[in-house]
Amino acid sequence: MNSQELARRVRIDAVRMVHEHHASHIASALSVVDILTVLYHDIMHINPQNPNMPERDRLVLSKGHAGVAIYATLAEMGFFELERLDQYYSDGSVFSGHVSHKGVPGVELSTGSLGHGVCVAVGMAFAAKRSCKKHRVYAIVGDGECDEGAVWETALFAQQYRLGNLTVIVDHNKMQAMGTCEAVMNLGDLAEKWKAFGWHVISVENGNNHDQLRKALQSTDDELPTCIIANTVKGKGVSFMENNLLWHYRDPQGDAYIKAMQELGAEDIYA
Amino acid sequence: MRNTFVSGLEKLAENDDHLFLMTGDLGFGVLDGFAQKFPERFINAGISEQNMVAVAAGIALEGNSVYIYSIGNFPTMRCLEQIRNDVCYHNANVKVVSVGAGLSYGQLGMSHHATEDIAIMCALPNMKVFSPADPQEAIAVLEEVHRLKGPAYVRLGKGREQNIHADMPVENVYDAQEIKDGSDACIFATGAILSEVITAADALGKKGVSVKVNSILSIKPIDEQVVWNCGKQYKWVFTVEEHNVIGGLGSAVAEVLASMPDNRARLFRIGMQDQYSSIVGSHDYLRDYYGLSAQKIEEKILTVMGMRS
Repeated sequence: MNSQELARRVRIDAVRMVHEHHASHIASALSVVDILTVLYHDIMHINPQNPNMPERDRLVLSKGHAGVAIYATLAEMGFFELERLDQYYSDGSVFSGHVSHKGVPGVELSTGSLGHGVCVAVGMAFAAKRSCKKHRVYAIVGDGECDEGAVWETALFAQQYRLGNLTVIVDHNKMQAMGTCEAVMNLGDLAEKWKAFGWHVISVENGNNHDQLRKALQSTDDELPTCIIANTVKGKGVSFMENNLLWHYRDPQGDAYIKAMQELGAEDIYA
Repeated sequence: MRNTFVSGLEKLAENDDHLFLMTGDLGFGVLDGFAQKFPERFINAGISEQNMVAVAAGIALEGNSVYIYSIGNFPTMRCLEQIRNDVCYHNANVKVVSVGAGLSYGQLGMSHHATEDIAIMCALPNMKVFSPADPQEAIAVLEEVHRLKGPAYVRLGKGREQNIHADMPVENVYDAQEIKDGSDACIFATGAILSEVITAADALGKKGVSVKVNSILSIKPIDEQVVWNCGKQYKWVFTVEEHNVIGGLGSAVAEVLASMPDNRARLFRIGMQDQYSSIVGSHDYLRDYYGLSAQKIEEKILTVMGMRS
């Protein structure tokens, strides 16, 4: 299985989970799937059989509302049984809508309140650098999340302490909870902003393209923290969800669910 | 007690390579020794408490203990959600140390007065809450929080506290420390206000009112057994704290007394009466203004016990 096939399977899992449990944030999850799957499949040093291996690379999904995407990615990667995904959103389970680490192998950090995870990831990178560990720390933030002041506090900190072992990926799908980023709180040129904060910045024209993502993720700087602005599409992979804010909230049912699964080519999995 | 605590931290760091100290750009002159001895483990996070706490959680989750140092409400309220989600939910080994308990910062004003911090920190699961009264209590608390592998809040005075425990070592920080025995009433006090309470108790003694004084270093968990015993033994129980009476020591004692089947004590909580400090004054002036000087404490106790003419 290559990263592309992994991403297809994760999208199918995610849409099914959200459909079955009437969950929200499917469009946010579809946006970030390619970033997650390229990282887990091709970039990060991990061992699904030993999720707490000390020398593993760390990943923090700071945009914790896309929990369904990381749960599905971890399951498809073999961190835990795929069947456990059925417990998502269910009474008595450990798979909350927003990411929780308790009882979920492979999840480094519980997130959900925006502007937290990326800062904790900076702390992880700082600790690794101070103890001369070789692993890398990754954090994925949403573009709307960049409204949070703490994101910029930690941007300052990471450049001050020259955390060359840190990569932050901004899932830049140009939409947030109540509208476009431009209409809600205009972030301007995000790449220029992170550059102005002293980071090594790479813009990825198509943040859902695996080759482009791989290339960017391999182009880090030894001295400076790296920020990758991944220009993604919210709802990517399901035509009627793409760039449609409704699917930040709505779960696909009836014809919408059938059409979504058809577009994702789910027939081979749920034949 | 601040300087004693920081000196103690330096000593612990000598034998613990995994101990980090972070400041939110405060502690000028106080943290120099640590910073010079352990530059790799001293971090000035700048004026950004939210990030400081989250970064501390990240460092702690990698197998370290991190002490966050700041003043007043900055390391608690400004970054409360980071303490809740990043530190406490993950049971991260982060110690929040705040200098300037209660009204310590006097004339600097209400922004620098910490009068609701105990209540807020006590409300967080996994968080232990300590409020030492003097340098000896501060060192005992430091040793205990260093031993703990999870979150703790340490509330320190600004300095110049009396050495109350000079010849009475603190053996267990979770035990109420009996400072003075008495038969008519029992006072529980926490933090540096203890010195005022002792003065008040001595004055009451001269008027024929025998008062027991207990120092409470650990508000969460609180020494339920001693509170329970006092609830059975005494007709009057008082709490004194440089903090709002809601959510602090007074509330913690009230919760224990209310759960007792055989409580005979009436409880009176002396502290800030659900108000902000809005008048300007020195620490001593403000304590007196808000009813927390030795004289005001004495008067309140006599009034409550119906012994004031």
